[in-house]
Amino acid sequence: MGTRNYRRKTSHSEHGPGDGGRTGSWRVERPVLDKSLCIPCKRKTEACFICWLFCPDVVISRTIPPTISLEYCKGCGICAEECPTKAITMVDEAEFTDEDKDKE
Amino acid sequence: MHIIENGNVAAALGVRLCHANVIAAYPITPQTPLTEKLSEYVESGEMKAEYIPVESEHSALAVCIAASSAGARSFTATSANGLLYMHEQVQWAAGARLPIVMCVVNRAVGAPWNVWNDQQDSISQRDTGWIQMYCSDHQQIIDSVIKAYWLAEKVSIPIMVCYDGYILSHTYMPFDVPDQEKVDAFLPPFRSDYALNTEDPANLNTVTLPDVRMDVQGELAHGYMEIRYLLQEEMRKTLTVALEAEKRFADIFGRGNDPYIEPYRCDDADYVAVGLGSITYQLRVSVDALRKEGIKVGVMGVRYYRPFPDEAIANALKGKKGVIVFEKALSYGYEGALVSDLKSALYEHLVGTGTLPMVQSFIAGIGGRDIRTEDLTQTLRAATKSRVAKEPVWIGLKL
Amino acid sequence: MQAKTNILSLPIEEFVHPGTRACTGCGLAIAYRVGLKALGKETILVVPPSCLTVLQGLFPIASTKLPCLNVTFASTAAAASGILAALKVQGKDNIKVAAWAGDGGTSDIGLQALSGAAERGENFIYLCYDNEGYMNTGVQRSGTTPIGAITANTPFKGKLQQKKDVPAIMAAHNLSYVAACSAAYPLDLFDKIKKCIDMPGTKYFHIHIPCPPGWGYDPRYGIKIGRLAVETGYYDLYEIVNGEFKLTAASEKLVEKRKLVPVREYFRAQTRFKILTDAQIEEIQKQINAKWERYYKKGE
Repeated sequence: MGTRNYRRKTSHSEHGPGDGGRTGSWRVERPVLDKSLCIPCKRKTEACFICWLFCPDVVISRTIPPTISLEYCKGCGICAEECPTKAITMVDEAEFTDEDKDKE
Repeated sequence: MHIIENGNVAAALGVRLCHANVIAAYPITPQTPLTEKLSEYVESGEMKAEYIPVESEHSALAVCIAASSAGARSFTATSANGLLYMHEQVQWAAGARLPIVMCVVNRAVGAPWNVWNDQQDSISQRDTGWIQMYCSDHQQIIDSVIKAYWLAEKVSIPIMVCYDGYILSHTYMPFDVPDQEKVDAFLPPFRSDYALNTEDPANLNTVTLPDVRMDVQGELAHGYMEIRYLLQEEMRKTLTVALEAEKRFADIFGRGNDPYIEPYRCDDADYVAVGLGSITYQLRVSVDALRKEGIKVGVMGVRYYRPFPDEAIANALKGKKGVIVFEKALSYGYEGALVSDLKSALYEHLVGTGTLPMVQSFIAGIGGRDIRTEDLTQTLRAATKSRVAKEPVWIGLKL
Repeated sequence: MQAKTNILSLPIEEFVHPGTRACTGCGLAIAYRVGLKALGKETILVVPPSCLTVLQGLFPIASTKLPCLNVTFASTAAAASGILAALKVQGKDNIKVAAWAGDGGTSDIGLQALSGAAERGENFIYLCYDNEGYMNTGVQRSGTTPIGAITANTPFKGKLQQKKDVPAIMAAHNLSYVAACSAAYPLDLFDKIKKCIDMPGTKYFHIHIPCPPGWGYDPRYGIKIGRLAVETGYYDLYEIVNGEFKLTAASEKLVEKRKLVPVREYFRAQTRFKILTDAQIEEIQKQINAKWERYYKKGE
């Protein structure tokens, strides 16, 4: 057990993602982005990014279009609620096929 | 350089010689002169250190734990209820494997209140994973502080240097203050396996799980049980490393090299008295008196109480007719802590060999009750004649 | 007077990894993420037992990219003092120390050490994230739980005592900077941290944190509820700079607007306040109105 020589022989953690495992499995609904309503997508320039700002789990990228990491997204819905143009909607996980889920 | 000073100053000088650079202190009798002296050294510039007058003992050790985790050689001191208040931190420092040195100026614990000497405070901490050293005079105080820093930083385990309140802390004795150059040769600058930094960040002492778990590199990391086992393993290994510390010290300073036990007239003794701290020097007077009466008795001080030097003690007492343990603390509901550990060591090493001595237990000096040498002599004499009692006997009790 | 940060000027670098054990929709996660952007890489964190301990990860995985020391419950501010001392004696004064503690670890068990550190003028920033209860251990009441809130140990009558005003207690220590912020206003939090970080002595932050399981609401409404707390005038965003009080951001705007959202909207949006009667809410509304009358007068 414990193959690495842990410095100080005590609780010493290095940083990395997924301490809580694949937290995407917590989800009951997933956020779906409609690019036609998304402000930075429409303007093709840096704008808004409110979804990026308020995501508690750092799973929304500050890109055009914003992408959401389904591996870790917990489905809280804050992005959908705060989006000023309602470009994001929360859709029941049951609506997605196993194939879609495998793509994550 | 030989000086005449009190035990608290001896400790302060030791801390100064070791270049401790973070000192946290909360006042409690009879420790106060120690930390006051350190504040003098810091304010005058003699010590290049941060002196933090914290608002509680719990915070005092918290400061030391944090400072040690961030790369500083830290120090604090306390007594009695102060030590009890920081108990949570005492456990923490050991589990966090931090090389902190703390002086415990032994004092009785409340309730009820009592500011005089006994050893219940440090004895009550014996299970925490701290190394414990007990001093019998001022020379041992200053020398132990110096040895403690070397040893603590070598094995990454915190150390309590204990000495009797008032009896040692406030009395004046001549002792040698080592040269700074010699101390610097003995003790290199602070070294720890890891100090918090922004280049190589880490999250220290977070929650561990009952079982092992994969880390970010995909390798299996220890669980809590392994971390705790390593502390125990290292503590037992300390018995060997402490010998190294003592030898290094003796080579540089020309004294010491008295690792676990400090025997006096024990070689040919039939009966050996055992104790922790200054009472063992007082017992030497009794030993000399009884020797004149023809009774072959000796006295042995135990210097390292944790890790418990079971083998050394068993070897020293092997084949003796009797062992008489005197202590200033006990585990309520059973018996003295030292006598329990001692009997356990004797059993472990000597059972079945026919060399097990009879052990008798005496409690003295609780709450600073005066320990009269005549009482010690009388008790020792009686104990060499027959087994005085099965239960521990409290000397000087006035019910 | 520095320019206000907007979303597009907020630093992009993230100091937290995804996949933490924080609850779905955790308000602390938002405040923490933005707070760390303001603090930057040259920071050592101190964290007592709390939701953040769990968010930051269990051994051997850390979800925070900054160095952090986990400490005992009562000793956060003392530990921060210790790290500062160690950095000072090693000549590493440029590294900041930031303590993040929950409301329980601040207003209750940690208050003594915090007061001591503040009195000593320890040069670190202390951020209390106030989700108004001991949420990590299952929603027990703390000193900052508001009156009327149902918690696991005020299950039928709700908390009978007022919320402890910790910023006021800290302001009495003559600090150079005290701030009240909210996870619903992260840019305000960011600017305040940036503003005070080089001020002398202890800087105290009190951050209102909506908590879905503890407060009883659908996680998607976290920011809305955080905003409601401010827009009803119930929780104010302000700063106290060298003793001078000033409302900021949305609270400052309310002085001009002179129109508060009725506080019942805030209470009725959370199941923890379900035992508050209309009469009690009326009483609280009166207190809020009186407070704002004082603010309006000061503004004139």
